[in-house]
Amino acid sequence: MRYLPLTHEDRQQMLSVIGAESVEDLFRDVPADALLSDPVALPGTQGEMAVEQAFRAFAAGNVSPSSAPSFLGGGAYRHHIPATVDHLIQRGEFLTAYTPYQPEVAQGTLQYLFEFQTQVALLTGMDVANASMYDGATSCAEAVMMATRTRKRRRVVISGGLHPHYRETSVTYGKYTDLDIHALPADWQDSEDAGAAIDGETACVVVQYPDFFGRVRDYTALADACHAAGALLVVVVTEVVSLGLLKPPGEMGADIVAGEGQSLGNAASFGGPTVGLMAVRGSFLRQMPGRLAGQTVDVDGRRGFVLTLSTREQHIRREKATSNICTNSGLCALAFTIHLTLLGEQGLVRLAELNHANAVELADRLAAVPGVDVLNDTFFNELTVRLPKPAAGVVDAMAERGVLGGIPVSRLYPDNPDLRNLLLVAATELNSSDDMDALVATLTEALS
Amino acid sequence: MMDRAMMDREGTFTGNRGLEKEEPLIFEQGSPGKTAVDLPEPPASKNRLGGLERRAPIGLPGLSEPEVVRHYLRLSQKNYGIDTGFYPLGSCTMKHNPRINEKVARLPGLGDLHPLQPVSTVQGALELIDTCAHWLKVLTGMPAVTMNPAAGAHGELVGLMTIRAALEDRGDARKRVLVPESAHGTNPATAAMCGYAVQSIPADDRGRVDLAILRERLDSDVAAVMVTNPNTCGLFENDVQEIAKATHEAGAFFYCDGANFNALVGRVRPGDLGIDCMHLNLHKTFSTPHGGGGPGSGPVVLSEALAPYAPVPYVVHGPDGATLVEKPDDSDGKPFGRIKGFHGQFGMFVRALSYMMSLGSDGLRDVSGDAVLSANYILARLQDTFRVPFPAPCMHEVLFSDRTLKGTGVTTLDMAKALLDEGFHPMTVYFPLVVNGAMLVEPTETESKESIDSFVDTMKHLAERAAAGDVKFFHDSPYLTPRRRLDETTAARNPILRWHPPSLDHAAE
Ligand SMILES: Cc1ncc(COP(=O)(O)O)c(C=O)c1O
Repeated sequence: MRYLPLTHEDRQQMLSVIGAESVEDLFRDVPADALLSDPVALPGTQGEMAVEQAFRAFAAGNVSPSSAPSFLGGGAYRHHIPATVDHLIQRGEFLTAYTPYQPEVAQGTLQYLFEFQTQVALLTGMDVANASMYDGATSCAEAVMMATRTRKRRRVVISGGLHPHYRETSVTYGKYTDLDIHALPADWQDSEDAGAAIDGETACVVVQYPDFFGRVRDYTALADACHAAGALLVVVVTEVVSLGLLKPPGEMGADIVAGEGQSLGNAASFGGPTVGLMAVRGSFLRQMPGRLAGQTVDVDGRRGFVLTLSTREQHIRREKATSNICTNSGLCALAFTIHLTLLGEQGLVRLAELNHANAVELADRLAAVPGVDVLNDTFFNELTVRLPKPAAGVVDAMAERGVLGGIPVSRLYPDNPDLRNLLLVAATELNSSDDMDALVATLTEALS
Repeated sequence: MMDRAMMDREGTFTGNRGLEKEEPLIFEQGSPGKTAVDLPEPPASKNRLGGLERRAPIGLPGLSEPEVVRHYLRLSQKNYGIDTGFYPLGSCTMKHNPRINEKVARLPGLGDLHPLQPVSTVQGALELIDTCAHWLKVLTGMPAVTMNPAAGAHGELVGLMTIRAALEDRGDARKRVLVPESAHGTNPATAAMCGYAVQSIPADDRGRVDLAILRERLDSDVAAVMVTNPNTCGLFENDVQEIAKATHEAGAFFYCDGANFNALVGRVRPGDLGIDCMHLNLHKTFSTPHGGGGPGSGPVVLSEALAPYAPVPYVVHGPDGATLVEKPDDSDGKPFGRIKGFHGQFGMFVRALSYMMSLGSDGLRDVSGDAVLSANYILARLQDTFRVPFPAPCMHEVLFSDRTLKGTGVTTLDMAKALLDEGFHPMTVYFPLVVNGAMLVEPTETESKESIDSFVDTMKHLAERAAAGDVKFFHDSPYLTPRRRLDETTAARNPILRWHPPSLDHAAE
């Protein structure tokens, strides 16, 4: 087998040094009745060619968004990823290293994490960021845990504009640690007053920016209301490209920003792996979950980087740790940081402008389809439209005609009849006018 | 004439050392006007941002493509990976990462799938998830699996939450989780996140869970016993079936930390040992790359009793093909909720399945066989040099203590740093906590005998050097790495966690 370097002779020699008769001998601590004498009932070894063909067959069973007009967002976005990103992250020294426990031979990882942390802090307008979380939803949940821990309060107010997966994940995380989660109803009509839900027991309010329905809202007043009541404002960002154009959450008074970084450098990959972002005000630094890379010097006085403040973490603090996270999203963070470095200030702003301009075009064209109402006054690259009939069937009909026309809101809110006709559509730099023609044509057809 | 000694003393003008280049931060390079991505001019349109546009520049640097490529290439050259050499980091299973896995994970129709496409357009993906799940169930001998968790620790959380949901469903609120002293830090941290008090179980003199003490502490208030098997000392818990029995008699569930499944894969099914629940680290046993810290994936296999409580989503088959149950209300069971966005680490399932299919049931048996053989070979060759605290055989990793270093002035950390100069990644040090100055060596099955021999010879050489009293050499190690020992105390006392423009004075943040 191509992955196994030991030969039969090697094995025999090694056994004789050990003084064992056979490899089975070495398993003698395993209860005899649990030791299998034969391979389990699964197919045998295959060569690379056969394996590759098997995966091509799996792939052929799917519709690839790269070859169909696709308008899906809802927390995962299709952007153009420069070839350089994927080439560089597959350098063996990046791909096959682990957590940088030995900093003398991990300066590559540590330096890119330090740069990543800086980029995330700059984008969000926050003081510091960590070296990544699993994804946006778990980052949001950890932000909630952190807020309740630091405020020593149990109540959490979740906006109805938060992505339902983020809300559900936060509810789950809080379930057994006695959090009192007050989730506001789906705010599709833009009528929510989250500030009114704050009381003296509230640890934090969680909002999304742009929100799940695509709207761009100013949270400055909400931040003030939170702070006046001794609560924190957690701002969730699921489309990080928007921060190229939008005022950063830090400027609105956010205390914690929890985000999803997939949009930069990472393919959607059916939802995972992606990269959770977390950035905070400096005063919460020691309450953060996850790894942190910090700058220092070596014995020769040269600048270098190490993992730091690890007394927060599970391997030191065990049951008193700020989180149980260990393995995070290092490689996805690398893809993020390389993509952002390639873009630079000018490239990111341009990318964000393109996304927005395409979404403006999309909104105008959808508004002209008979029976379709665009609900958003504001948006970045995603918006909600109301159809004259249930969106799920319309999306299926469009898919049959080869167009991935958006996400029926009912997929995420199955029980709310008010939302049945709502469709979430996103446009990125990858959506051409031809794509929009196809969307408008199939949508018109599906509605008629 | 300049000789080597002079060069070492004086260094170079640039600070570079041949192929090894000093590399500034991206923020210290480029200029804001440059970019490595040429994008078209956006069409003019009236913006719909509601007056919330950014007013100040972000502060990102601009670099051209060649500059970016060099930056990251140079950074990569300061890193040690499995591709570089022997990486016996115990408990982490740093095995070869086959590149076919990377190739197939990027195929159009897999890598680019959107998680919320209509299920009719992702039938191949659902079949792939199901196939991966099938392999994991057969290999572990367990009837069910949840594919959602993002890593091992996340799997622990899902496992304990499943247990808690099952207990609460039978009206049985319990408050404690028993965790062996030798457990990985994520075990107690997870139990706390799940609202449980953690009670520690000491090891006996064989490095195993002390069964008598475990029995004593098991009562009707214990929700679960969390045992790593093989444990973090690299030993098989001989009494695992008795532990399972005692746990079940107390009405508790048996959680197995499966991070060390590489020792067992293809030969032992944890289901035959009486476990209820176990996470698998696809980034360990199943070769998905560690990526400088992640991403991982931590599916959890479950017993019949626990399966109904597993989180959403999961794949089911119906008349129209496969579909996803995404909401607890749509489930036939009683899912405790959702634990992550979307449907698990799909890209990792692709890689792990590609790995499992490559090896097959016969190859996977050789994986555990060679992994255990290699660890025992290292044990045999080093047992006269370093103290082996618990009797052989070990499983896939071998634990040494620092006993033979006592009195030399050389510590486990010094050994690790000296190994760096010799071109090896060190073993895991100071973990598990149950022996002094622990050195946990996990060779994996993907090392050649030559590579293992070279490591063993080096360890012997260093031990001799320590015994000879060459303390200064060790304390100053490493000498040849891109950086030498780093000041971690100052880093923690005065944290600098991001770059700031030089004009601003930020002492601490
Ligand atoms: C024994 C053990 N348990 C649990 C974990 C946690 O797994 P992860 O890092 O994937 O969260 C690890 C590895 O880090 C481990 O070695």
